[in-house]
Amino acid sequence: MESQQDILANIKRRQFWDFVFALTGLMSLLFALITLITLIVDLSLTGVPRITLDFFTSFPSRFAGKAGILSAWVGSFCVMITTAFCAIPLGVAAGVYLEEYSKKNWVSQIIELNIINLAGIPSITYGLMALGLFVYQLKLGQSILTAGLTLGLLVLPIIIVTTREAIRAIPNAIREASYAMGASKWQTIRHHILPYSSGGIMTGVIISLSRAIGETAPLITIGALTFIAFLPTAPISDVPPFINLKWLMDPFTVMPIQMFNWLSRPQAEFHVNAAATGVILLMMTLIMNGGAIYLRSRFRKKMKW
Amino acid sequence: MELNLRAEVKNLEFSYGEKKVLNGITLPIYENRVTALIGPSGCGKTTLLRCFNRMHDLYANAQYKGEILLYPDKRNILGKEIDPMEVRMRIGMVFQKPNPFPKSILENVAYGLRVRGVKKQSFIEERVERSLQQAGLWKEAKDRLNSPATALSGGQQQRLCIARALATEPEILLLDEPTSALDPISTRHIEELIQELRKDVTIAIVTHSLHQAARVSDYTAFMYLGDLIEFGKSDQIYTNPKDQRTENYITGRFG
Repeated sequence: MESQQDILANIKRRQFWDFVFALTGLMSLLFALITLITLIVDLSLTGVPRITLDFFTSFPSRFAGKAGILSAWVGSFCVMITTAFCAIPLGVAAGVYLEEYSKKNWVSQIIELNIINLAGIPSITYGLMALGLFVYQLKLGQSILTAGLTLGLLVLPIIIVTTREAIRAIPNAIREASYAMGASKWQTIRHHILPYSSGGIMTGVIISLSRAIGETAPLITIGALTFIAFLPTAPISDVPPFINLKWLMDPFTVMPIQMFNWLSRPQAEFHVNAAATGVILLMMTLIMNGGAIYLRSRFRKKMKW
Repeated sequence: MELNLRAEVKNLEFSYGEKKVLNGITLPIYENRVTALIGPSGCGKTTLLRCFNRMHDLYANAQYKGEILLYPDKRNILGKEIDPMEVRMRIGMVFQKPNPFPKSILENVAYGLRVRGVKKQSFIEERVERSLQQAGLWKEAKDRLNSPATALSGGQQQRLCIARALATEPEILLLDEPTSALDPISTRHIEELIQELRKDVTIAIVTHSLHQAARVSDYTAFMYLGDLIEFGKSDQIYTNPKDQRTENYITGRFG
């Protein structure tokens, strides 16, 4: 029989280890956070004063003070649209197929493993593949379309994985209820699976786009220009059919490449421009991720099973 | 009153991969009667019930042998040539846990009609009202047809699921322990409902509660380890069982 004192000592000892672990965890957290905050603060101190309206509406220039990111943000925007357009239908369809249609056997397990592997492949590899396939074989040129397809492939695994997770969160009872009413597979997917998982899918899409927007390496590989002083062709024209897709084939640059270009110059004034671009990129990523978190929490509240 | 067959199970064997769950069940289901399937956990009663609307087809490795003939056309609904969708359109099911869709009450009840491509709004509204009335939910739901079904209480949700199944006028209604997730008052509500519904529809119910089976059913099938041990009129089964195992189960000696 243990005495009261033994029990107290025992509790004290375990409380001590509890404390040690909590402290270690806190330290690790602080280390990561402080590094990040230092980075953001440093970037902001240099960059924020440079962010004016002119910065958004000017083309890059030989003179750092006059240079802006007009072609870069328009390029980023166009590439993101193309990426989303390519990756969302493919990724969602593939995810739905894997969850709802494919048989669960060793083939599907190999596919599953490879999708996760794809998500981890260095992005420059995608660039090499795109250079060979889109630029040389399909002759799509160093265009917005090539960039969109490349980044689309890059984020495809992320969209597939998040789509599957969102679908898996739907209780099986809902599927059974739908099938028991005589619904077909497609009706079940169309009426239940897709609507109930759309919050999760949207979250995945936004997170994947926020990753794509910062990608530089694959776009440099396919030959994105670093200095562009013109905009892509306008998507709307004054002659029928009024919609013009010629912009897809135009050369482009994106914000991270513009940043890289400015950083590689010797003059310090250009580095300020790079910092300003970095702040804008960071803000966009934060806003997108914030939107994703908001969407997720809203859908969680809406979907009570 | 004359007894008509509504369905007939003939030498039904069912297995999941290697595991055999039902070993040759033969059982009649009479029209406008309530047939209760009882037995200890794992005896195969839910498995048998789910054969009636081919729910097992949703999962891999399900194998049927034998037949379930659906009257009056005497079609074997387990036949390979029959699409499970057809079977499920003719036979409705209510599950153990209420599983309304996270949509409005109206959309839930109308779902079976929507699936069948019914577009006429007046017809849908009429059918929704009738089904909710049959399920005893009309009074509570009529002023909130467009509010989400998930806001209803558990008992109301289960009655909604019954209304959803009734809306397409099924030939047989399958109830899989419909009250096991409900409180006593909701349970009584549903039991009264079953008594009412038997006028319009043939019911097969799986239940863990012998009292419930005795209260609501006309016929009872006692199953044990994948076999049908005894089938008969409920009065007879609960007062004067023929098989020793049935008696043991009913008197609470096992199960």
